[in-house]
Amino acid sequence: MSDALAIDVRGMTKRFGRLTAVDHIDLQVRAGEICGFLGPNGSGKTTFIRMLCGLLRPDDGQGTCLGENVITGSEEIKRQVGYMTQRFSFWEDLSIVENLDFVARMYSVKNRREAVRSSIERLGLGERQKQLAGQLSGGWKQRLALAACMIHDPKLLLLDEPTAGVDPKARRDFWEEIHRLAAEGLTFLIATHYMDEAERCHRLAYIAKGKLLTHGTVSEVIAEAHLTTWSVSGPDLLALSDQLQGRPGVQQAVAFGNALHVSGGDAAALEQAIQPFRTSPHEWRQVESGLEDVFIHLMDETHHNALE
Amino acid sequence: MARLWAVVVKEFLQVRRDRMTFAMILGIPLIQLILFGFAINSDPKHLPAAILLADDGPQGRTLLYGIQNSSYFDFTRALRTELEARQALARGEVQFVISIPENFSRELLRGKQPSVLVEADATDPSATGQAIASLRSLLDSSLQNDLKGPLSFLAGTEGPVDLRIHPLYNPDAITQYNIVPGLMGVVLTMEMVMITGLAMTRERERGTMENLLSMPTRPVEVLMGKIIPYVLLGYVQVTLILIAARFLFHVPMVGNIILLLLVALIFIAANLAMGVTISTVAKNQLQAMQMAFFFFLPSILLSGFMFPFRGMPHWAQMIGEILPLTHFLRIVRGILLKGNGVKEVSLQVWQIALFATIALSIGIKRYRRTLD
Repeated sequence: MSDALAIDVRGMTKRFGRLTAVDHIDLQVRAGEICGFLGPNGSGKTTFIRMLCGLLRPDDGQGTCLGENVITGSEEIKRQVGYMTQRFSFWEDLSIVENLDFVARMYSVKNRREAVRSSIERLGLGERQKQLAGQLSGGWKQRLALAACMIHDPKLLLLDEPTAGVDPKARRDFWEEIHRLAAEGLTFLIATHYMDEAERCHRLAYIAKGKLLTHGTVSEVIAEAHLTTWSVSGPDLLALSDQLQGRPGVQQAVAFGNALHVSGGDAAALEQAIQPFRTSPHEWRQVESGLEDVFIHLMDETHHNALE
Repeated sequence: MARLWAVVVKEFLQVRRDRMTFAMILGIPLIQLILFGFAINSDPKHLPAAILLADDGPQGRTLLYGIQNSSYFDFTRALRTELEARQALARGEVQFVISIPENFSRELLRGKQPSVLVEADATDPSATGQAIASLRSLLDSSLQNDLKGPLSFLAGTEGPVDLRIHPLYNPDAITQYNIVPGLMGVVLTMEMVMITGLAMTRERERGTMENLLSMPTRPVEVLMGKIIPYVLLGYVQVTLILIAARFLFHVPMVGNIILLLLVALIFIAANLAMGVTISTVAKNQLQAMQMAFFFFLPSILLSGFMFPFRGMPHWAQMIGEILPLTHFLRIVRGILLKGNGVKEVSLQVWQIALFATIALSIGIKRYRRTLD
């Protein structure tokens, strides 16, 4: 089971007029894996997910999703996939239990009442089941959405920024649930902007401007970036940052709380560039590049490439 | 003042981008001007009339010639029997049947005041009122040339002929008998088109459409599932209006109510299909409302509900003939007031069914299974 690919697509492309929203993306996700899908706003994450579940027709590309042809098998794929939209898309004028019941009917779930009941129980929605979905807070809406898109026992869940606008505690609970489900064999493709969430994924895919930039485990992604990072703390970091920016060897200088992360692809050049600034009261030390350093680096690179 | 201006500028920017609202601002007054200005005429002329001429003398023809000259009546058919006359009236093919009896000329010259029978389809009193009012003097003046000199005594004080007018179906010219059944069609048109138009666009506007499309369904399941509840609601409205018509307005119900309910289903379907089609074109609920209004306005004005259908110019009648409400009005009034059966209403039913089929095919064709 663990070797089987839940998602195996190549060359997926979608154009809207002159804009190529998704540009020949290849993606493989193993069954039971949590794949984090990262990239700036408008990079094509949502479009890609919509193509996987048959909501948009790809202009190009081929492959399989849960063993079904991603172009021709979208009806069968829909049956086995749970899709959680970026914006809450259940019926706000229906109650929790009515929403779940409707979804269960649409997927022709066997033992519908039992499925709805256990779904409500498992997500701890019991006391609120008669409440209208529109009156729920962000965290509860997100729980309802997750419960609803899992009611038909999907094999693959496509979650589009599921934790946007959800408080940290609810997010942590949510991720624990995801890991528990993945252990049971469910596959996840989760679009997110949060770095801490990215680090919780088995595998990451980073896209920008419709292109897949990097793909792999967290450590693979970091290693592949060949980035050296120095952390500097001390007074007037903003002024220091301005002075460092643009020096040869310095690709980015980004504030992280009370420290500044200075990174570059060429370790020697970077060290040379920061040499004049390694004076008291600033404290410098080399750190391991984090995901965030890598992603900011990737984002900048695509930006520069686009400008050229 | 600066803030007021800020709001004004913002509203202008938004109205300019909302092309549909912009079209409404220009389109609605234009349509109303054209419809009210050119199409509507509360003094309908050239009403189709059939003649049943049994007299072979010259005065009968003179009389008919005079009536036709008045511009109120256009003789479209010559009939032979009273049965044919009743059928033509029941189907609404003619508004009047004018019967000139056998030996009319002879009896006229003998001063026996022969009778002329005018049967009128008076379901809509406003359509026939003026024409009927003009008849008396028309008869007298058309015979004037024939009754000169020694015959002038025949003109007499009570006129040379005995004019008998039979306003059929609504003899007391009660406007409610015409309006209340018609209202059924109007209410259904307004409600059914708008409600389905909104039902689909609401899903899109609230983002729930994306969710619906991600589930394994066929378009026909979604469309039918959306339509059926409103068919039932439509029947609630039909029942309500029928009860009110019967007990509040005492509208006569001569025909078969079951037939009316069956035909209502086709009419409801036609309007729901129109609503679905609107919803596949409109981007949001506001646009759907506006498009429904664009459909509703001509339906009310050109169907013969508010103003006599035959009073309108030819082009307006052509548009009216396309609208399902026009045919439904004829059916409802026909069944309730005239007692029409399947045979008389079938042509109108087909025309509604044709409209429904075309509207629904456009709707299904335009219904998108993806978000493309």
